[in-house]
Amino acid sequence: MNGEWLPQFLQFLFSGITVGAAYALAALGFTLIYNASNVINFAQGEFIMLGGMLTVFFLQAGLPMPLAVLLAIFIPALVGILIEKLAIEPAKNAEVTTLIIITIGAALVIRGVVQIFLGKGTHSFPAFSGSEPIAIAGATLLPQSLWVLGVAALVVAALGWFFSRTLMGKAILATSYNRLAAQLVGINTSRVLFISYALSGALGAIGGILLTPLTLTSYDVGIMLGLKGFVAAVVGGLGSGLGAVVGGLLVGIIEAMGAGYISSAYKDAIPFVMILIILFFMPRGLFGGKVTDRV
Amino acid sequence: MPRSRFTGLIIIAVVLAVLPFLLPNNFYLDLAIRMLINACIVLGLNLLIGFAGQISLGHAGFVGIGAYATAVLTTHYGWSPLAAMLAGALGAGVLAALVARPIFKLKGHYLAMATLGLGIIISIIVRNEAALTGGPDGMPVPALALFSFELSGEKQWYWVVSGILLLSLWASLNLINSPFGRALRALHGSEVASQVVGVDVAKYKLAIFVLSAVFASLMGSVTAHYVGFVTPNVADFFHSIELVTMVVIGGMASIYGSVIGAVLLTALPQALAGFEGWETVAFGAILMFCMIFMPKGLVPTLAAKFGRR
Repeated sequence: MNGEWLPQFLQFLFSGITVGAAYALAALGFTLIYNASNVINFAQGEFIMLGGMLTVFFLQAGLPMPLAVLLAIFIPALVGILIEKLAIEPAKNAEVTTLIIITIGAALVIRGVVQIFLGKGTHSFPAFSGSEPIAIAGATLLPQSLWVLGVAALVVAALGWFFSRTLMGKAILATSYNRLAAQLVGINTSRVLFISYALSGALGAIGGILLTPLTLTSYDVGIMLGLKGFVAAVVGGLGSGLGAVVGGLLVGIIEAMGAGYISSAYKDAIPFVMILIILFFMPRGLFGGKVTDRV
Repeated sequence: MPRSRFTGLIIIAVVLAVLPFLLPNNFYLDLAIRMLINACIVLGLNLLIGFAGQISLGHAGFVGIGAYATAVLTTHYGWSPLAAMLAGALGAGVLAALVARPIFKLKGHYLAMATLGLGIIISIIVRNEAALTGGPDGMPVPALALFSFELSGEKQWYWVVSGILLLSLWASLNLINSPFGRALRALHGSEVASQVVGVDVAKYKLAIFVLSAVFASLMGSVTAHYVGFVTPNVADFFHSIELVTMVVIGGMASIYGSVIGAVLLTALPQALAGFEGWETVAFGAILMFCMIFMPKGLVPTLAAKFGRR
């Protein structure tokens, strides 16, 4: 018995942290935009889809892998900027519900355009460094999982450096604490918005590109991935970067464990059950601050 | 001005009475029926979102509960349609009452997340329990029969659904001008202030949530009988979003806005059907456009523009 459960447990854990890393990137995207503009961007999942689908498209067009990947990160970043400039900025000061619907509209436009130009098919591309599984204590780990984890860790480290060491990063943090005060000390808050949306688009795309060889992609994968990224961001207590990373990994691992031990049919329901339970007892997520009301 | 409150209601009643004689064929009558059904659901949802200020991104879950209670109980267990409908409404109401207290402690995006999660869980259950619900393929629903009378044909359905809408409009108009409605609007304005003047905030939120859930469930049952078939799409996230969009496009906290929003958004996919593949893009673009330029929704924006009120 003892020799039985460990490999299985490890297997679930590996697949959990792999998808969890992608959720973490999506959750970081949600967090960036939420901090910069107090908007929950329901188009975040479409960035993930764009990353995967655009890489497929550029590879089919004959571009070499590195160039295809770069373009597939650059274009979603551009789309993020467009959303901010064309939809969020003109609607400034609108109610939460209105802003949510605007971002959902943007998500539909992106999904529709991809469906028209890239089709409804399911696609994939080969893993970055082969698909020879690596055996670890009876469980197996695909090399692509190492890519996902490695790149995600690198991105998180780079973001950490960006926010603590660069002027722009600090300006973004300052704006998220208090926009008016940031403006008063001379921070260009509209540039902050611009960069936050671009970064958020790029983060989502990176997750999408890394996951595609493992989970396949199509024009409609963005909804579920995006919603789970939102769950991860809320688990971490909206607005906290560290919380988003921990939340992403937690959602990924619990989903994989639930799918393995409880029911694989209800895999997609697990993150949502989890978030309801967490919110019932901790209305601000695991890492959120105390609830205070301004009257 | 107690008289003008019902002017709109009378206009709608007249339009509803004349409409079937103007529509060229059953295709349009069918469209009208679906508009009216959506209008009823949106009316209930607007009481929650527009008047009480509590967002729900999972309302299609309650529509799904009604639709599937009707489908499963009548088909597999031989219940009468009325009993199945009431059981669905009771189920939706009890579920709403159970989750209301913890959910409405949440605010803003956290509330959006929780209601969204609730809706998605319901839609996943419906999709997965294939032995009962037919899974993703859906299942047929028998016709709506009361005693020995069986409702059939677009004409009969049209009159029944029109009646339901007029009744709900009348009830909603009375409700928002009752002490209950005033309490709702007060807690939308400021929860703390309304608490200070003695409004039991939690109780009112629970009541309006249960009311809108029961309403959504009843209309889900009606839809199931009318269409004669249910698929998990009635309960899914996208349908929830459609419903919220109808509320917001028509105008939050506007009774007549709910009707306008439902009519426009039900017609939109039909109008866009000629665009071949571009429907989704156009739908999304229209949503964005309306929300950017008319964040308060059509009816309040137009009302403000043309002076009165």
